[in-house]
Amino acid sequence: MGDLINNLMLGFGVAFTLQNMFYAFFGALLGTLIGVLPGLGPVATIAMLLPSIYALDATPALIMLAGIYYGAQYGGSTTAILINVPGESSSVVTAIDGYQMARKGRAGAALAAAGLGSFFAGCVGTIVIAAFAPPLTELAFKFGPAEYFSLMVLGLIGAVVLASGSLIKAISMILLGLLLGQINTDVISGVPRFSFDVPELTDGIGFVAIAMGVFGFGEIIANLSRPAEHREVFTKDVKGIWPTKQDFKNAYPAVLRGTALGSILGVLPGGGALLASFAAYTVEKKTKGNPGDVPFGQGNIRGVAGPEAANNAGAQTSFIPMLTLGIPPNAVMALMVGAMTIKGIQPGPQVMTSNPELFWGLIASMWVGNAMLVILNLPLIGIWIKLLTVPYRFLFPAIMSFCCIGLYTLNNNNFDVFMAAGFGIVGYFFFKLGCEPAPLLLGFILGPMMEENLRRALLLSRGDWSAFLTRPLSAGLLIAAALMIIVVSLPSIKKKREVAFQEEP
Amino acid sequence: MKIKSQKDFWSGLMFVAAGLGFAAGATNYSFGTSARPGPGYFPFGLGILLAVLGAMVLFKSLTVESEGGDPVGAIPWRPLILITLSVVVFGLALPRLGLIVTLPILILIASLAGDEFRLKEVIVNFIVLTVGSWLVFIKGLNLVIPLWPTFITG
Repeated sequence: MGDLINNLMLGFGVAFTLQNMFYAFFGALLGTLIGVLPGLGPVATIAMLLPSIYALDATPALIMLAGIYYGAQYGGSTTAILINVPGESSSVVTAIDGYQMARKGRAGAALAAAGLGSFFAGCVGTIVIAAFAPPLTELAFKFGPAEYFSLMVLGLIGAVVLASGSLIKAISMILLGLLLGQINTDVISGVPRFSFDVPELTDGIGFVAIAMGVFGFGEIIANLSRPAEHREVFTKDVKGIWPTKQDFKNAYPAVLRGTALGSILGVLPGGGALLASFAAYTVEKKTKGNPGDVPFGQGNIRGVAGPEAANNAGAQTSFIPMLTLGIPPNAVMALMVGAMTIKGIQPGPQVMTSNPELFWGLIASMWVGNAMLVILNLPLIGIWIKLLTVPYRFLFPAIMSFCCIGLYTLNNNNFDVFMAAGFGIVGYFFFKLGCEPAPLLLGFILGPMMEENLRRALLLSRGDWSAFLTRPLSAGLLIAAALMIIVVSLPSIKKKREVAFQEEP
Repeated sequence: MKIKSQKDFWSGLMFVAAGLGFAAGATNYSFGTSARPGPGYFPFGLGILLAVLGAMVLFKSLTVESEGGDPVGAIPWRPLILITLSVVVFGLALPRLGLIVTLPILILIASLAGDEFRLKEVIVNFIVLTVGSWLVFIKGLNLVIPLWPTFITG
C-alpha cells in the first residue's frame, strides 16, 4: 500500500509538470476531435503523429498518445448520442439508448451521464493499473522464452476471438502480419530475408507505413467509394446539461457495475473497450431497474452510463498487458509499443524499473487527462457539434497531407511514402474482402519478438517442441488459447457472437 | 463447382498465395534444425500454416451457403487510382519541388477522387493546409522537409 502511494506520488510529480500537462491536454483534445470526426480513428491518428514524436521526449510523447486513445472514447460517445453514428466501435451500444434520449430532448443528460460515468471509471481504472502492474511485472520476470512465446500466442488469439467477423480469417490475418514482420534482417544469423535486394527492406517494413497505408489511405478509399451520408444532428436540443436527481439515482449503480466489469475485461488479452461496453449493456439490460423506468432501447439512462463507464475503464486497464508484459492487446496499444521502440525503450516488464518516471508518469497522466476531458467536454459540446458538420471533402485531403508529410519525415526519404501507397491498395482490398486489418498489425508488431522467443526456447530445449507443454506456465497459457478458440467455435456461442457484432457499422 | 461466398473465395485465395509465396521464399534461407533453427525456420512454418488456413477459408467458400453469395462488389477505380496516385506523386515530387509545390498537387489530385469537387474550396483547402503544415512541421517541430523547389534554392 505504501509502495502504491509512493509510486503514484512519483507519477503525479511527473504528470503535473507544465510540459506533461500540456501534452496530456493536447492528446485528450486531439483524441476528442478525432473521436467526433467521422472517418478518422485513433489508430490512423496515432500512426500519423508517430513521426512527430521524434522531436519529443519519451514521456510526453507517450502521455500524448495515451490521451488520444482515451480522448477518442469520449468523443466517440458524443457522436453516438447526438447523431446515432458511433465515432468509435466501443460506443456502438451507447448509440442505442443515447440517441433515443437525444431524440426526446435529453441529449444533455445523456452526455453528462456518459462524461461523468467515464470520468469515474477512469479514476478507478488508474488505481487498478497502479495496483496490478507491479505484481504482474514480478510474474513476468519469471517468464522464460517458452512462456513468452505462449503468452504471445494467447494474446494474439485473444485479440481475434473477441473481435468481429470470421475467426479463421482473423487468424489468417495474424499469420499474414507475422509473415510481413519476417521481412527484415534475421537477428540471430544476420541474413537479410525477403528483401529482394532492396536495401530499405533489410531493416524491415516500417510499421508506420503499414498502419498509415491500411488505416489511413485504405480507409479513405473505402469512405470515398460510398455515397456521402446524410446526418441528422440534434444541435438545438442540447441544453440543460445537468441530469436530474432521479437520473443520478438511476445512473450511479450502472456506473459502478460498468466500471467493475470494464476494469476486469480490459486486462484480458484482446479485451478492452469494445468488449467491456457490450458486456456492460447486457448486464444493465438484465438488471432490474426501478418501476416506471424508461425501457431499454427507448432512452434509458443506465444504457448510456453503464457501457460508457465500462468502455473507459476497459480502455484504461488495457494498458496493463502493454506496460507490464510489452504485449499489445489491440491495434492502438501495438502503436504505443511501436512508439516506445522509436524512443529506444524496449517494451516489457523492465520498463517499470528502468524508466519509472515514464511508467508512473503515464499512469498518473491518465487520471489528469480524464479530469481534463470532463472539463473539456461538457462545456465545449457546442463546438464539437459544429465540427460534426465539417464535410468529408475538407477532411480527407488534410488527413492525406499529414500522413504523407509524416511518412516522408520518418526516414527522410520517400521509400516509406511509396510503401504506404501500396499498403493503401492492399488495405482497401482487405476491406472489400471482409478481412479485419487490426490483427495484421498486431501480428506484424509481435512477429520479430515471437520468432526470437520461439527460437531461443527451442535452442534451450534442444529442439524439443514439447517444452511448450511440459513447462506448467507455458502449457497453461497455450491451453487457455486453445480453450478460447473452442468456446468461440461452439455453435450456440458462435451465433450469439455474430448477432452481437451485427450492430457494428 | 459454384462459389458460395465471393469474399471468402478471394480472401482464401489471397492467403494461400501469400502463404505459399513466403514459404517458397523461405527455402532460400538456411532452415536449420529444431534444436538450432535457422533464418528460414519460422517463416517457412508460418507460410505453410497460412496456406492451410487459407485453403480452409477457400473450402468453406465453396461449400457453405452464404446470404446472396456475399459479393465483393464493384471496385471504385476513381478513388482507388487517384488516392494512390496522389501519394506516389507526393513521394516523387517532394525531394525535388519542395512542400510549397507538392502539397497543393497532392490535395488537388486527392480532391478529384471525391464526389464533389469545387475548385474554390480546394484552393482554400490547400492554402490552409500548406501554411498549416509549414507552421506545424517545419517551424513547430523542426523537421527537415524541403520547402522550396531545388531549382530555386539551387
